[in-house]
Amino acid sequence: MPSLGASFGRGGATDFQQDLQNSDCIVIMGSNMAENHPVGFQWVMEARERGATVIHIDPRFTRTSAMASKWVGIRAGSDIAFLGGVVNYILQNDLWFEEYVKHYTNAPVIIADTFADTEDLDGLFSGWDPEKGKYDTTTWRYEGMEMHASAGNREEGFGPSGHQAGHGGAGGGLRHGEPPSEDPDLQHPRCVFQILKRHYQRYTPELVADLCGCSVEEFLFVCEALTQNSGRERTSAFCYAVGWTQHTVGVQYIRTAAIIQQLLGNMGRPGGGIVALRGHASIQGSTDIPTLYDILPGYLSMPHTEYYGDFESFMQANTSPTGFWGHFKAYWVSLMKSYFGEHATADNDWLFKQLPRIDDDNSVYFTVDQMLEGNVKGYIIAGENPAVGNSNGRANRLGLAKLDWLVVRDLVEIESASFWYDSPEIETGELETKAIPTEVFFLPAAAHTEKDGSFTNTQRLLQWHRQAVEPRDDCRSDLWFYFHLGRRIREKLADSKEPRDELVRYLRWDYPTHGQLDEPSAEAILAEINGSETATGAPLDAYTKLRDDGSTACGCWIYCGVFKDGVNQAARRKPHWEQDYVAAEWAWAWPANRRTIYNRASADPNGDPWSERKKLVWWDGTKWTGHDVPDFEPTKAPDYRPGKDATAEDAIAGDHPFIMQADGRSWLFVPQGLVDAPLPTHYEPHESPFDNPLYAQRANPRRQQRKKASYDPYNPVADEPGAEVYPYVVTTYRLTEHHTAGGMTRTIPYLSELQPEMFCEVSPELAAEAGLEAGGWATIFTARSAIEARVLVTNRIPPVTVQGRTTHQVGLPYHWGARGLTTGDSANDLGHLALDPNVHIMESKAMTCGIRPGRRPRGKALTEFVTELREQAHSRREMAPRHEPEETRKTSKT
Amino acid sequence: MSSTLGHPAAAPDGWDAYGDDQQPRVGFFTDTSVCIGCKACEVACKEWNLIPEDGLSWTGESYDNTSALGANTWRHVAFIEQEKPLHTNGDGSTGLRWLMESDVCKHCTHAACLDVCPTGSLIRTEFGTVIVQQDICNGCGYCVPACPFGVLDKRHIAKPPELPAFHGNEDGRVWKCTLCYDRLKGGHEPACAKACPTQSIQFGPLDELRERADARLAKLSGEGWNGVQLYGRDPDDGVGGFGAFFLLLDDPEVYGLPPDPIVTTKHLGEMWSSMAAAATVLVAGVACAFIGRRR
Repeated sequence: MPSLGASFGRGGATDFQQDLQNSDCIVIMGSNMAENHPVGFQWVMEARERGATVIHIDPRFTRTSAMASKWVGIRAGSDIAFLGGVVNYILQNDLWFEEYVKHYTNAPVIIADTFADTEDLDGLFSGWDPEKGKYDTTTWRYEGMEMHASAGNREEGFGPSGHQAGHGGAGGGLRHGEPPSEDPDLQHPRCVFQILKRHYQRYTPELVADLCGCSVEEFLFVCEALTQNSGRERTSAFCYAVGWTQHTVGVQYIRTAAIIQQLLGNMGRPGGGIVALRGHASIQGSTDIPTLYDILPGYLSMPHTEYYGDFESFMQANTSPTGFWGHFKAYWVSLMKSYFGEHATADNDWLFKQLPRIDDDNSVYFTVDQMLEGNVKGYIIAGENPAVGNSNGRANRLGLAKLDWLVVRDLVEIESASFWYDSPEIETGELETKAIPTEVFFLPAAAHTEKDGSFTNTQRLLQWHRQAVEPRDDCRSDLWFYFHLGRRIREKLADSKEPRDELVRYLRWDYPTHGQLDEPSAEAILAEINGSETATGAPLDAYTKLRDDGSTACGCWIYCGVFKDGVNQAARRKPHWEQDYVAAEWAWAWPANRRTIYNRASADPNGDPWSERKKLVWWDGTKWTGHDVPDFEPTKAPDYRPGKDATAEDAIAGDHPFIMQADGRSWLFVPQGLVDAPLPTHYEPHESPFDNPLYAQRANPRRQQRKKASYDPYNPVADEPGAEVYPYVVTTYRLTEHHTAGGMTRTIPYLSELQPEMFCEVSPELAAEAGLEAGGWATIFTARSAIEARVLVTNRIPPVTVQGRTTHQVGLPYHWGARGLTTGDSANDLGHLALDPNVHIMESKAMTCGIRPGRRPRGKALTEFVTELREQAHSRREMAPRHEPEETRKTSKT
Repeated sequence: MSSTLGHPAAAPDGWDAYGDDQQPRVGFFTDTSVCIGCKACEVACKEWNLIPEDGLSWTGESYDNTSALGANTWRHVAFIEQEKPLHTNGDGSTGLRWLMESDVCKHCTHAACLDVCPTGSLIRTEFGTVIVQQDICNGCGYCVPACPFGVLDKRHIAKPPELPAFHGNEDGRVWKCTLCYDRLKGGHEPACAKACPTQSIQFGPLDELRERADARLAKLSGEGWNGVQLYGRDPDDGVGGFGAFFLLLDDPEVYGLPPDPIVTTKHLGEMWSSMAAAATVLVAGVACAFIGRRR
């Protein structure tokens, strides 16, 4: 979650769901919380019972809307305009929390005069390089900040990159924690506050209504609810999920909410914050101990080939002089000691030279590109079903068909394992089973009930689960698979003299096993992740104990403390009715068992609670104390001011609560760490029926596209000829009854019977316009593919009026595929591969489509149908080119 | 569960026969104002009670693919889409609402199904609930039309292999909610209530639930909830009150529930008297006829 990381310092939900009961207003947007997080939603219901205003903003009236005090229907893909309007409302009406904003955010900081806003450049920020299609983000810096020598090359190579940058690792160049130029009165024209004010001044209620398709009254209702329920006595919270992230500008959606919460002073306080809802039991865990290619555990950067030649320059680039990222080396060295034990020493730079390097973008969709080019030999899929769950399913499946080998570990034979005989491409004849070279190995996996382990849930909480039954037959846990795979590889390489095999041979791989299956001990691994003193093996209790001299080992610094005192803290099970609502003795949350992070901000600059009603953590005269674990050094007084030579956390003043940030403040304006914008700006989705009424720049200029790829064609957009072939907005979503790509639920009778068929949701107006029959069939198509679905006609997805035009929206659940008790077409087959540039995520929440009554053509006729429509649309566009493509538009300035 | 709780005014038929073994009468209060339609109750019920899957048919009726209670569905979540505001007090709530209600066997105070069961399979338990004893049920089906709510239903699916053979490929017996009698015996709440994430399904001693429901009704009425009412709470209604009653946000018929259910055997006594009278007249008439002939 780079947006939260860049704004506040840590890429995790800032609050815990139980705390939502303390909210006075909850805005759920980009999330269908009641349907997809029903258990956590009980706390929203609790807040509503206590009188809170619950608002749901969504294109569809869902089960969440049904529970809300107010539902506001908007056009999919217009959220930044809506939220930017809220920012403008707050600023124009002077409703911001002055003391909070002045002390805790970077509002007073003066930005360098190299910065130019989208208001000046018609939708681009300064530093845009049209050739490279990238920004020189150094033009967005704080005034007077020291630059790295290689500043021109920084963007993605040098300096914290990718997910570490998004985790607060940015901010290098600040000395002793204070930005060089500030205006405490917020009047300087280049201070963040004034830039913010100018940036959003055109996001008026009328513009919001016209762009989003809601009414001015509905918009103002939300503004009033939020502002009236924020301040010293009251707090408001935001909840979001992939309805915000799955856009070409998704990171900036979340950033806009972060700005609102800073202006209203809702961060770090009870009933406040931004709750990032995750769709899987351990998605937070899968970035903490990452399945991502560009970071190591605890959001430490992976070294790149190009820049990180020697250890010292790598350390220098990643170590922030101030804030807790000042201890990067301690986290790094401890990780290497955890991996390699006595083999990692100061003399060999902790084996830095031998570590693998990133040589390219290796995110999932770029790997698909590489597969299609024939550059990927083997692939292991675990816990994913890309043939159904990934955007542009056809490209994904064609890619799989070019591998030499494929390993799929799952509970059942999912579509990603069976694509070679039952995929839509077999049906159309594009693939022929006997011509596919891929050797597919299906390895049955054990379920969570069949193994010990932990989940790190949506609120950073590590919860331990114990094995209930032995796995059946050949089913094995992931732990078993990777441990024994590693063991066998190490046996094969035991005598290798090759330098490339050194790291594998040096790995500590001595986990105890038990039982007939030689199952490795999950608890031993948790203990290793927690870390220990290398000399004594004594468990560590906090990441502040980590050292950079090799005396400590730790598998993930942010998890340090989960095995405090040698006890599995994640296994604690004291229910909340036996303690207070914070329930600190239920499981364990990173960091340091804090449940609300940045909670220093729940007290005023002097350390007193903002109000009795909203007290959480406060200064008692000698130390920080309260209901939660204070997110601050325990004895750093509110009046502490750093000396000139102070580094790391010592450089953070006693009234700056955001201790991971280099300046200890939350960032309204993000000077570095994000590649597409320092301030969120409304851009249209990659595919939408509209131009951008605010700027000539229609969509996010920095979005990643495959312009030349034949497998990822795009619909004509806005007023381009041919756009009328795909006139409707389409959005995908999940249902309570199924789980994501369906591998775990389409196989379960009790769930399948509750939602037994793929359907589309359309309004009565669209049904009439397109000739769709309720309960009948519809064919939905894009330039990529066509799918069929049963027709559910409902007032819950009403048309919206945008720029004077009635706009219909189509809703598609994406759970279905070729296998299971209930089968159907995959909504993701319609999707494209234009991505958010920060996190490489697809835009499946706002695209365009066409819809017709009846079932789709079968076999080869399907390909012909899709191709014919696409060629029709594209040829119309080429016959009458609208104007020069926006991406090549030249811009001057800087 | 405390045994010192007093019995509700209208005691369920047959309950007093338990004497010292009698337990406080328990039931459900299903508060639809907090139901999020997640169907966890349906799934938990099927998991616990080993109820078979009931057909993979899509209805196109909102999100309700279960349709009705039956032998294989003991909890059913109804979905009703309405063009009506949630509140009547002009608080800006949207002119659209989506009602969700988890329906279940009502465990009536006066249960017609009990009255008509010829085998004694249907019984009143010590908890005041109504269950079918599957080892006694002969599938006669008398109880099916006796239920004013259409809850009782014969199971027509492939028989579970461990059960004694019935004719044809059918189970043929009647199945319905037991209020998780086995769980109650073990001191646990029923599976649906346990699984409900928002406490829409509340389980407990009935008199406590009624108090809670009254307070809830007062609160929501005060807040201006559109159409809020209790259904089946009143011990003086046609079935003597439900053991499992509801807070609804519209009239019962909107949810497919009978507005004024009456125990179907209520008039059975009178019917027998009338029939007896008719029979007497008939016999007398016939007798007269013979007497007349003799003359």
